[in-house]
Amino acid sequence: MIELSHLEKSFQIGDQTVHALDDVSLTIETGEYVAVMGPSGSGKSTLMNILGLLDRANSGRYLLDDINVSDLTEAERTHVRSQKIGFVFQSYHLVSRLTARENIELPMVLSGIPAKQRTIAVDEILEKLSLVDRAHHSPNQLSGGQRQRVAIGRAIVMKPSILLADEPTGNLDSKSGAEVTALLESLNAEGITLIVVTHDQAMGDRARRQLRMLDGRLT
Amino acid sequence: MFLSDIVKFIAQILSRQRFRTIVLWVAIAIGVVAVNLLTALGEGAKSYVLEEFNVLGRNTLITLPGKKETKGGMPPLTGESPRPLTLKDAQAISRLAGVKAVAPLVLGNIEVSYAGKLREVLMMGSSRSFFDIRHLEVGQGRLLPELPFNKGEAVCVIGNKLSSELFASQPALGEWVRAGDSRFRVIGILKEGGTSFGFDMNDVMIIPVVNAQSLFNKDGLFRMFAEVRSHQELNSIKAKIVELVKERHEGEEDITVISQDAMLSSVQKILDTLTYAVTGIASVSMLVAGILIMNMMIITVSQRTKEIGLLKALGATSARVRLLFLCEAGLIAIVAALSGLLLSHAVLLLANSYFEDIQFHSPWWAQLGSVVLAVVFALLFAWLPAQRAASLAPVEAMQGKQQKGQA
Repeated sequence: MIELSHLEKSFQIGDQTVHALDDVSLTIETGEYVAVMGPSGSGKSTLMNILGLLDRANSGRYLLDDINVSDLTEAERTHVRSQKIGFVFQSYHLVSRLTARENIELPMVLSGIPAKQRTIAVDEILEKLSLVDRAHHSPNQLSGGQRQRVAIGRAIVMKPSILLADEPTGNLDSKSGAEVTALLESLNAEGITLIVVTHDQAMGDRARRQLRMLDGRLT
Repeated sequence: MFLSDIVKFIAQILSRQRFRTIVLWVAIAIGVVAVNLLTALGEGAKSYVLEEFNVLGRNTLITLPGKKETKGGMPPLTGESPRPLTLKDAQAISRLAGVKAVAPLVLGNIEVSYAGKLREVLMMGSSRSFFDIRHLEVGQGRLLPELPFNKGEAVCVIGNKLSSELFASQPALGEWVRAGDSRFRVIGILKEGGTSFGFDMNDVMIIPVVNAQSLFNKDGLFRMFAEVRSHQELNSIKAKIVELVKERHEGEEDITVISQDAMLSSVQKILDTLTYAVTGIASVSMLVAGILIMNMMIITVSQRTKEIGLLKALGATSARVRLLFLCEAGLIAIVAALSGLLLSHAVLLLANSYFEDIQFHSPWWAQLGSVVLAVVFALLFAWLPAQRAASLAPVEAMQGKQQKGQA
């Protein structure tokens, strides 16, 4: 469960102060499917980064499963992030020298999980995402849809409770986009909290709950 | 993260980004090779000069006719004084207490012939003791016989090269060689040796001093070598020689006596300059190597920055990320530096087997310095960007931002 209360985040650009988040309070229950929508610069990416512990707010409180993550050190936040949060990015961000399999395995390697356990988990994911025959291909041998599936595999390999997707279909054609959306929704159906940032009205409408942002505020 | 996983991660970087690995490897190895070869060149030149002046032992005094009035600098190498240094002077000097041996030297170029073959050679007239003082040995036959200075014999010892040119594969010992209007029987052939003081000892003919004087029709000696019994006596005997010859030359001090130490001190400036040059060469090439490594490291920063951001988003701490990139840089730097060192040894080995007179050895401080410096440079320039990237928020790093900005 995510509980945000009175989050503030501002940036200094030149001599102007930009309020990316302005008094944001929000509760997201475990297993929800939420779309965050709004024009560019409305603060949705900042909200995502703070939710994903990639960035921290200037003030306000963030409780993640009853842990006050605002107070944690960087190393502790990194640990929480690796255990509880998976990311899917618009431009995939796969490591190009690693195969699909190795990309999916990477978070487990970084967390120090023994090789045997990793193999079992990765096999399971490859099966689930129908990537078994692509396991030993490098990212540039894969189509966009396949790359995003690998990225999703990497996001869920640590069995996180929250999946944050930033424009997950932004770089895909409509057919691959629909496949990726279906995949994300099936994961949500299995119990994962799914938060999607999108410009795409159609995709936003599929979510059970829509959050609209404008000038750093939830409307 | 397990050690085996760290090793595997780095191995994947090095093996799958082969171009980058090879270029970095070559850059580091070239840096190390440059430092080692250049310093070896400088050191080789220096030890060559030193060796040239070490041919004479420390206990040898060289007496030459003529007085050099000003202090310092080299004494005149040629030139006749009005009053020549004679064999009688040499004999008198050899009777001084503390003098172990004296070798007179008369020098000239002359045409020698055997069975219709003509060769122009350097003719040296001297005595048996000359061989001891100049450390010359025969490979075949024997040295000149022990004779009083004023007694001659029609025998000669010839250099290795001269022997093979006059006699080819025929036995030379016992054959008669014509020189000017005299004939000399070959009794010995020098062992193959290098040059000394610019004389190629493989291309000389050595005969008793009296024979040489009559051949060239001159009384004066070109040089006289005196070996003293102990190094402590060197300076007192030097004074005694000057005194003795002055007495014999009607009170005129008209000779110059020099020791190896004095000669060495007169070339000390050259040696010092060489040392500075070697050090300068080494530091410049180290700097160049360092800049080469730095550039290679910086080129990969933007690619690195994105990956660092991603790894952090996937659950790696900043410390872990820095460790990964430092290990990677350290590993390739050590392997590349050591292979550079190996390569320079191979090149030096080859050079040394090709040039016999001058030997190249890279000094230990250059070897150690080049490897340590290469590794330090590689680590430093891997660490700085990694440090900067790791301190960025992961998202900023993933967008490829290099500056720590607020946006």
